[in-house]
Amino acid sequence: MMKREIPLLITFLTGLLMVVQFFVPHRPIGQIGTGVLSWYTIIAGFTLLLGIDSLVGMHLKKLQRKQSGWGYSIMLILGLLLALGLGIFSEIKYGSALAFGSPFMYLYTYMMVPLQATMFSLLAFFIASAAYRAFRARTLEASLLLVAAMIVMLGRVPLGAAIWGKFPILAEWIMTVPNAAATRGILIGVALGGLAMSLRILLGIERTYLS
Amino acid sequence: MNWLAKLEKIDRRWIFLGVALVVAAPLLLGLKTSVDITPPVKNTYETIDRLPPGSVVMVSIDYDASTMPENQPMLLAVLRHAFQKNLKIILMGHWPLGLPVGTLGLDQVAREMHKTYGVDYVNLGFRPGTAAVMVNLGTEIRNVFPSDYKGVPLDSLEMVKNVHNYNDIRLLVGIEAGDTYEFWIIYVQARFGLKMAMGTTAVMAPTAYKYLQSGQLVGLIGGLKGAAEYESLVNHPGIGLSGMPAQSAGHLLIILFIILGNIGYFLSRRKKA
Repeated sequence: MMKREIPLLITFLTGLLMVVQFFVPHRPIGQIGTGVLSWYTIIAGFTLLLGIDSLVGMHLKKLQRKQSGWGYSIMLILGLLLALGLGIFSEIKYGSALAFGSPFMYLYTYMMVPLQATMFSLLAFFIASAAYRAFRARTLEASLLLVAAMIVMLGRVPLGAAIWGKFPILAEWIMTVPNAAATRGILIGVALGGLAMSLRILLGIERTYLS
Repeated sequence: MNWLAKLEKIDRRWIFLGVALVVAAPLLLGLKTSVDITPPVKNTYETIDRLPPGSVVMVSIDYDASTMPENQPMLLAVLRHAFQKNLKIILMGHWPLGLPVGTLGLDQVAREMHKTYGVDYVNLGFRPGTAAVMVNLGTEIRNVFPSDYKGVPLDSLEMVKNVHNYNDIRLLVGIEAGDTYEFWIIYVQARFGLKMAMGTTAVMAPTAYKYLQSGQLVGLIGGLKGAAEYESLVNHPGIGLSGMPAQSAGHLLIILFIILGNIGYFLSRRKKA
C-alpha cells in the first residue's frame, strides 16, 4: 500500500508546489521552484547518459548474437568512440570541443553535417512522390486541400509571383487565416487534454506512470 | 487514351529522377532570382532594426545539421543584421547536436564583421532540460549557465556582467527545426513577456502562424524562402537566395506531377464508369 501511496503523495505535493510557484514566484516558494527546475536539468543530463548506455547495450547484444545488420552496429560503436575520443582530445588541447579547427569540429563539419543533411534532403524525393500519390481530387475536401496546397506551393517561391502576382498574397492569407484557425483549434484541444491529464496525475487518478 | 491513364501510376523512380534534375540544374547553373518580402519576415527585420545599439539579443539554436541548409542562412542573415546594428548576441541552444552549427555560424559572422568575443557576443552552450532551462533563465542566467561554452565564468565576460535574466534581453530569435519554439512561447513569452521572433523550417512554419497572429511572435522567417527574404533585406545574398530557383523548379515539378496524377485518375475513373 505504502509503495503506491507515498509516490502518489510526492507527485501531488511536487505538482502542487510547481503550480503555486508559477503564481507566487516570491521567496521561499519561488526559490524552491527554481531549485526543482535545476534538479530537472541535472536529471535531464543523466538521461543522455542513460540513452548512450541503452544504445550501446543494444548494439553490443546485436554484435554478440551476430544478428542481421551487425556490421552497422560496429560502425555505430566506432563512431561513438571516435566522437567521444576526439571530443575529449579537443577539450584538453583546444580548451573546447567546439573550438575553431579542433578535430571534433572537423569531424562534425565534414562528416556529421553532410551525413545528416543528406538524410534530411531525401525527404524532398519522398515528399514529391507522396504528393503525387496522395493529392487526388476524390472528394470536395480533398479538392480544397489540393487547391490550397498548390496555391501555397506557388505562393512560397519567386516563380509563383512571376506567374501571377497574387499567388504570394493568397498563400499568405491561407497561412494566416484558415491554417492558423485550424492549428489553433488543434492546439486548444491538445492543451485541454494536457490539462485534464495533469489533473488526473496530480489527483492520483492516472497511475500508469507507476507501473 | 491508355497512356493517359498510365499517368496515374508513374513509377516513383521517374519522380525521383525529375526532382534530382530540377533541383540540381539551377544550383549547378548558378541561376539567380529576386524575392518579394512577406510581412512576417519584414516584421522580424524591422524589430531588430529598431533596437537601440548595445541591446542584447538572445539567439537560440534549436536545430542541428539535418536542417542546416534551411536554418543556417537564417542564422547568418540575422547575425549579420544584428552585428551591423551593433547589437550584442547571446547564443545558446537546446539541441545537443545543434550547438556546433550555431557556433560555426556565429564565429563566421563575427570574424567577417570584426566582432570580439565577450564584448560583442557570448556563446553559452547547451544545457539539457528545455522547458526547465527556459524558466530558470527567467530568474538568473547563472543558475543554468554559470560559465560559457568554454568554461569561462560569465562574470568575467564584459558583455554579460549586467545581464541576469530576460529583463536584460530585448529580443529572442529562435532558429528552429522542431517544436522547441512552442516551449519558448509557452514558458517564456507567456510568462516573462519576452519579445520573440522565430526562424523555422518550412514544414514548421504553418504551425507558427497562430502565434504570429496572436502577437506572441513579432516576426517569422519561414523556410529557405524566409531566409532568402532576410538575405535580401540585409543586402547580403547567400544560400537562401541562391536556392530559390531550385526551390521554384522543385515546387513547379511537384505541381506538374500532381496535375498529371489527377488527369490519370479522372481518365481511369471515366473508363471504369
